[in-house]
Amino acid sequence: MSAVVTDHEHEHHDHKPAGIKRWLYTTNHKDIGTMYLVFALIMFFIGGAMAMVIRAELFQPGMQFVEPNFFNQMTTVHGLIMVFGAVMPAFTGLANWMIPMMIGAPDMALPRMNNWSFWILPFAFLILLMSLFMPGGGPSFGWTFYAPLSTTYSGDSTALFVFSVHIMGISSIMGAINVIVTIFNLRAPGMTWMKMPLFVWTWLITAFLLIMVMPVLAGVVTMVLTDKYFGTSFFDAAGGGDPVLFQHIFWFFGHPEVYIMILPAFGIVSSIVPTFARKPLFGYASMVYATSSIALLSFLVWAHHMFTTGMPVAGALFFMYCTMLIAVPTGVKVFNWVATMWRGAMTFEVPMMFALAFIVLFTIGGFSGLMLAITPADFQYHDTYFVVAHFHYVLVTGAVFSIIAAAYYWLPKWTGHMYDEKLGQWHFWCSLISVNMLFFPMHFVGLAGMPRRIPDYALQFADFNAFISIGGFLFGASQLIFVWVLVKCARGGEKATAQVWEGAEGLEWEVPSPAPYHTFETPPVIK
Amino acid sequence: MSKTYEKYYVPAQSPWPIVGAVALFLIAFGAGNYVNEVTRQQPGFGGYMLAAGFVVLIFMLFGWFKNVIDESMSGLYSAQMDRSFRQGMSWFIVSEVMFFMAFFGALFYGRVIALDWLSGGSNNAMTFEILWPSFEAMWPLLKTPGGIETQAMPATGLPLINTAILVISSVTLHFAHTGLEQNKRGQLKIMLLVTLLLGATFLGLQVYEYIHAYRDLGLTLASGFYGNTFFLLTGFHGMHVTLGAIILLFVFFRVLKGHFTPEKHFAFQAAAWYWHFVDVVWLCLYVFVYVI
Repeated sequence: MSAVVTDHEHEHHDHKPAGIKRWLYTTNHKDIGTMYLVFALIMFFIGGAMAMVIRAELFQPGMQFVEPNFFNQMTTVHGLIMVFGAVMPAFTGLANWMIPMMIGAPDMALPRMNNWSFWILPFAFLILLMSLFMPGGGPSFGWTFYAPLSTTYSGDSTALFVFSVHIMGISSIMGAINVIVTIFNLRAPGMTWMKMPLFVWTWLITAFLLIMVMPVLAGVVTMVLTDKYFGTSFFDAAGGGDPVLFQHIFWFFGHPEVYIMILPAFGIVSSIVPTFARKPLFGYASMVYATSSIALLSFLVWAHHMFTTGMPVAGALFFMYCTMLIAVPTGVKVFNWVATMWRGAMTFEVPMMFALAFIVLFTIGGFSGLMLAITPADFQYHDTYFVVAHFHYVLVTGAVFSIIAAAYYWLPKWTGHMYDEKLGQWHFWCSLISVNMLFFPMHFVGLAGMPRRIPDYALQFADFNAFISIGGFLFGASQLIFVWVLVKCARGGEKATAQVWEGAEGLEWEVPSPAPYHTFETPPVIK
Repeated sequence: MSKTYEKYYVPAQSPWPIVGAVALFLIAFGAGNYVNEVTRQQPGFGGYMLAAGFVVLIFMLFGWFKNVIDESMSGLYSAQMDRSFRQGMSWFIVSEVMFFMAFFGALFYGRVIALDWLSGGSNNAMTFEILWPSFEAMWPLLKTPGGIETQAMPATGLPLINTAILVISSVTLHFAHTGLEQNKRGQLKIMLLVTLLLGATFLGLQVYEYIHAYRDLGLTLASGFYGNTFFLLTGFHGMHVTLGAIILLFVFFRVLKGHFTPEKHFAFQAAAWYWHFVDVVWLCLYVFVYVI
């Protein structure tokens, strides 16, 4: 593979505005991508600190450190921050950085709106975090804010929660519109649909899901607001409404939302595995169709979160089978990744290690999802730590691992320096071992009946929980290595070549490292 | 794709996004406090913050749109740029459709499932027997299980007139558009003005209808599921009509200044799409909220 790239782009007048104004006023997709990623990292640590509080409290049975109400606030805000503040902005940051470079576009299609989407987020989370300091505390009804917990029984901070979710939603919708329009309209000539890198495809479908469901979230938080403050009874049976209606609307948003947090991860892994296996991706077209099928099915499965609400049997069966159907396209993907590696010339740099861990551990999360999909079994698993184990396998070892893999994979392109491979390997192994100590035993305590979201538990779960908590603290500490790697790489290191990785293919590897401030002001030629 | 490539315009820097973010912060934080202050009759700063937020937002919109209009008028925008705007607007309208879907979904669920179950349907016989044995399922829900009574808003009379007004306004806006495309500026101006007047009439009649509902029918936001869906659907629709009318008003001013050509008139097009969308929402709303 030829890694020789003529550095003609260097002649660019590459001056960036200096100082704080560069970041406040920027319209540059790379600046905005960087801000998204840094913001996501900060939020990851704030949300992570809350997880540490939860694990400290659960280290031993009985009440140790915090009040039950504060514990509830921690579980709620941990969830909200990790979903809306860490994982989603990290993916949007990657989209901003990579999509224009991957399709040969000069920037995102609507650059000013792009900056607006980003800058809303710090303010939205400022509001959410400030609500923790209100009299009566912050939101404490779980990130799913089921009525009547969020209506009849919630505190005064509910209104702040509602409006902060509203502006997060505005940010996500604008970000998604930008991604879709960029992909539809700004592809370089010759970049046909079926030549697009899979990261671009998966993000296109993710953006579509965002546009379809974020407004539904806005609708449901609005109903919570009016139910709590203005006397409506959408979720109150005495007024002709139904608390179960809340769950229907919420999960109509919520289920596509979980695919919003995993589809870009599929795209990342589909970029990394071929590079380090030095083989083209196996089954490119089937990957595209599988992603689309997952997205379509995601609109038909929401009530599998609600099997225990007493829905009619026909409904339960419909949602059970639709849910199981999702295993088919997901299986196609896992098969394709494995087949890509089959007889490949593999090397195991840090991005590949995280991608491999993703494939194995995400699949475990997928299988426990399949178990949860079985209606009669779900009656046993519902609201136990088994569910917690399931979604942390898909979100931490799934989404978060893929984001970390992406960071290692593209860091040389962003900074122009190679990261410290040895430290990266330390980060990987520490994370891998601790994350399994943290989440794997949760399956067992869950199956044994330990309920989620409760600050105390029965004595028989004590040993497991102590072990889980140790895993949690270690996982938290392991991420400090990541910060160390990032800072070190940003400040210097071995110069990266344009192609960076021997097996890497795609437009982003044809521009020099670090990528110039403006790339592809005239579209590149696509072979 | 054409051989000669027009450069895609990427503005160097812009202060407006951060101003807009500050505006949304003031609005969200202000509203979050104001809601508590209003419903609990406490003094506070929320209302002022909310108002300040809207002032900043309007300032931002003026500045941002002025930049965009200036750039457009000085010919910086390529056909590709125009497509970006069009596609962006289309997807924005899709997101708006989904917002209304949430409320229509709630309406359908309430009517088809919640009322049935409250009166003992499916596997809920005991819910009915134990909680509200005297409850009768009906739509409009004139008496809630909890006992709040109200009267229904009739489908004929004012709502029917309003439907006609809005449909006609969509037609007049279409004539304005054909006027623009055929370069008949007179037709454009008159039809646009008529559309605006029809929109304003619609809004005035809606306000009148709300007063009538509250004063004469006892139909309020708090009168159970029927009142909830009625006011939230018509209310959000009314807010969208207001927004659409404001957009059309600015389009009208730009028409008076001689902006837009038969070939290039994205702002007009976007405003028209938005207006037609709001009109379609009303038709669905009229059928499902008033008639059926």
